[in-house]
Amino acid sequence: MFENIAILSIITFFPLLVALTLMVISWSAKSQEAKAQIAANSPLVALLVSGVIFLLSLILVFNFDSSTAEFQFTESKAWLGGGIEYRMGVDGISILFVLLTTFLTPLCILASRTSIKERMLEYMVAFLVLETLMIGVFCSLDLILFYLFFEAVLIPMYIIIGVWGGKNRVYASYKFFLYTLLGSVLMLAAIIWLYVYSGQQLGAPTTDMRVLMSKLDIPLGAQTWLWLAFFASFAVKMPMWPVHTWLPDAHVEAPTAGSVILAGILLKLGGYGLLRFSLPLFPDATRDFVPLVFGLSVIAIIYTSLVAYRQRDMKKLIAYSSVAHMGFVTMGIFALNVQGLQGAIFQMLSHGLISGALFFCVGVIYDRMHTREISFYGGLVKHMPVYAAFLLFFTMANVGLPGTSGFVGEILTMVGAYQVNPWVAAGAALGMILSAMYALHLYREVVFGEVTNEKLNGITDMTRTEIMILTPLVVFTLVLGVYPSLVTDITAVSVDALIANMAPSAGVTTLGGR
Amino acid sequence: MWEKIILFFPELILAVTASQLLLFGVSPKAGRATFVRYIGIAALLIFAFSGFLLGMPSGTAFSGALIVDSYSHFVKLIIGLAAAASLIFSRPYLESENLNKHEYTVLLLYAVLGMSIMASANNLLSVYIGVEMQALALYVMAAFNRDSLRASEAGLKYFVLGALSSGLLLYGLSMIYGFSGSLDFDRIATVIEGGATPGMIVGMVFLLCGLGFKISAAPFHMWTPDVYEGSPTPVTGFFAGAPKFAAMCLIARIVVGPFGGIEDQWQQVIIVFAVLSMFVGAIGALVQTNIKRLMAYSSIANMGYALVPLSAGGEAGVKGMLIFMSIYVITVIGIFACILQMRLRTGMVEDIKDLSGLSKSNKGLAIILSMLMFSVMGIPPLLGFFGKLFAFWPAVEAGLVWLVVLALIASVIGAFYYLRIIKSMWFDDVAHEFVEAPKSLRVTTIICALLVLPALLLPFTAIPVQGFIAQAAASLF
Repeated sequence: MFENIAILSIITFFPLLVALTLMVISWSAKSQEAKAQIAANSPLVALLVSGVIFLLSLILVFNFDSSTAEFQFTESKAWLGGGIEYRMGVDGISILFVLLTTFLTPLCILASRTSIKERMLEYMVAFLVLETLMIGVFCSLDLILFYLFFEAVLIPMYIIIGVWGGKNRVYASYKFFLYTLLGSVLMLAAIIWLYVYSGQQLGAPTTDMRVLMSKLDIPLGAQTWLWLAFFASFAVKMPMWPVHTWLPDAHVEAPTAGSVILAGILLKLGGYGLLRFSLPLFPDATRDFVPLVFGLSVIAIIYTSLVAYRQRDMKKLIAYSSVAHMGFVTMGIFALNVQGLQGAIFQMLSHGLISGALFFCVGVIYDRMHTREISFYGGLVKHMPVYAAFLLFFTMANVGLPGTSGFVGEILTMVGAYQVNPWVAAGAALGMILSAMYALHLYREVVFGEVTNEKLNGITDMTRTEIMILTPLVVFTLVLGVYPSLVTDITAVSVDALIANMAPSAGVTTLGGR
Repeated sequence: MWEKIILFFPELILAVTASQLLLFGVSPKAGRATFVRYIGIAALLIFAFSGFLLGMPSGTAFSGALIVDSYSHFVKLIIGLAAAASLIFSRPYLESENLNKHEYTVLLLYAVLGMSIMASANNLLSVYIGVEMQALALYVMAAFNRDSLRASEAGLKYFVLGALSSGLLLYGLSMIYGFSGSLDFDRIATVIEGGATPGMIVGMVFLLCGLGFKISAAPFHMWTPDVYEGSPTPVTGFFAGAPKFAAMCLIARIVVGPFGGIEDQWQQVIIVFAVLSMFVGAIGALVQTNIKRLMAYSSIANMGYALVPLSAGGEAGVKGMLIFMSIYVITVIGIFACILQMRLRTGMVEDIKDLSGLSKSNKGLAIILSMLMFSVMGIPPLLGFFGKLFAFWPAVEAGLVWLVVLALIASVIGAFYYLRIIKSMWFDDVAHEFVEAPKSLRVTTIICALLVLPALLLPFTAIPVQGFIAQAAASLF
């Protein structure tokens, strides 16, 4: 269906185009009233555009052929020359992340319509640019192009945290920017090295990752360094313990929609990068580093769960719980078997939905009371029964209750890890218990009990818009929870290919899946 | 005869125009200075495109003292455009500060003439003549606001330290001459092929130190912050662009030309310069509050990055350096055009705090300046990223991975102070109202901004432009 049109480029760059148009229109507007009018209409435009992009990406998924591990909808254009080209394409691993991005963005825009009070136009422009960059990361098949999108994400995110953030936003935005920049410049050095090395080994230098993956043969010593350089970047982005400290700050200070995007998609860039680059490009080094990553993952799961329990700020609590859940992802990826990898991808998608929803939930009461202190709230169920129901659902999903998508992801990664090292799986299981502890603690403090704070008496229940935002998230969490094959069928072939590529000597389990 | 004249036509047009304008401007009629400036701009543009106009001639003139090749055409193109842009953006400042004198244009033209000789130098004497000619003009330009104590101090400091560097340069040149027995690059290269004596190497180190001063590479960077801060802002904008480019290109021509045979020797010197400059620039800038001082440290750091590909040597290294420096010049001109646009009622913007809330008072300018800052930081998809990419790639190819990693770490440290400027503009509240800027400035800024934002245009432009630069780099070998 899409042989003749560059569908991926359209999906990627259409939001950017609209953002630029919005800016130009606002710039050329003469009077202040006209400018204000444009700003007031910008959320609708952004919503419409991101909605169209979502529909387009849905069509993309329906046209996706899940029986092959090849990249589909590929495009290739001359770009910088010398083997660096504009290459786009998706496979079973990346297409669902594209869908997640296009799904969450309209919800974020919808949520921002009421909660953002100033500079509406700039906010919408930043979000549309961000959408372009995030889709671009998942679609690019060229290392330099990938790096371009990966790093460019910093610019709109820095502005979003810094301009529309909370009290301590300047500190948080600096920390976010410099932390992730330090991680990614090391990856840039590694990318340049790969480019040069491919020229020496293959005759012509290239940054086409399909070629690099299948043809390049890197000695183990170099692989170790390259793996570490890529890992530095992805571990910061994930974030993994001990380089996670930027995340709670960034989350707390970012506006609601910023937190949702941060938790829902930006954190997935790290895991996606590991799957896409570290594993296929450096298989030997990956196997060598499995114990390290397992250790870090288990520490992350247990330690950050305990830290989460002690938080007094709701967003911080959810932020730490995100770090813990990302621990499951790294554990699953480095189990290097079907269940682990499938589980990791599933966990990333499900965490995108659930943590995004939880940040929306915090945003709902924050918009009303302008505080996120857990101790400020209590007995919300009396005033906000609908809200209490939604929060309960997502809290349970976050804990990993069977029937929700959170369960599937966690159980799959643990099954995967168990086959490699039962102790790691046991540690992760302990983390699941701890996650029930902090999540239920949060829920009890905020929703149950007597209404101790008089200020809460005037609080109103959720508006129709808020219900409209959360309902699709509920639906998807449930559907994926009871019918996970929706995801695993699409990813299966690509995951099998990834594993086959990892271990040409065979002997790796290929149970389950399909 | 005619062929020889064509070879030094660019220098000729500058020399003739500058001398004529000097005479013409003497009469104290009102408006002459402005007229002189327009003629100067026109002359600079003709100078910049002379290579294209004359169909890319090549050869040597004055019995081998000057060489004309693709490399010199490219260098002159960038220098000419940078100088013309800084002449354009000088106008509002000079008019408001009562500095609108024709000498400004004349001095600038003479400085460019010096740079042009540097770009074409093929002989130790022409190296010295070129360097001194541009330096003398620049000393005077630094002190152009002669009633200002700071400007006079800047000029004096620049002169004294510049004289010291000229001494180093001359000493190095005389040693090289003494040990090789010739002034010609070709002859020196042949002598070195046959084996370099220690005296030659000492002379080469002195020569590089003298030129290192001109590009303000650490440890010869001390003059930069004071001179940048004290000089009138448009002069600072000029200093940051064209002279740096010319000196860097001269270094490249010397190290791969006459000293091509002792790469392992000069490579060490260049690497020391590069590492020191990157870190001095990045760390020194952290505590600055004055934008001009900050830009001084930023230029020190950027010279360090530009030396990274050069230390790799070879055609790819020179090409990387040319790409990086061209992008740097474009960005820096844009930044200074932005700074010059922001006039407070009390005077020019000097402090970073003065930029507070710019995104509310003048959104367009804030967006452009932020883009330029992200570009000089090296964040994709802006042009600065591609500069760094092409600069670091040859170094990795030459096995200097550690140097590239150091450069990248320095650039992360450096990111902090550019972020501070962006933070002032976007996150803080409005501090001042600015006076409306004239149109000519806005046009310059917008052109630079459009050049910096090529992510979408790159597919169409990258390859031909790269071809031109590659040809320029190849002509050195």
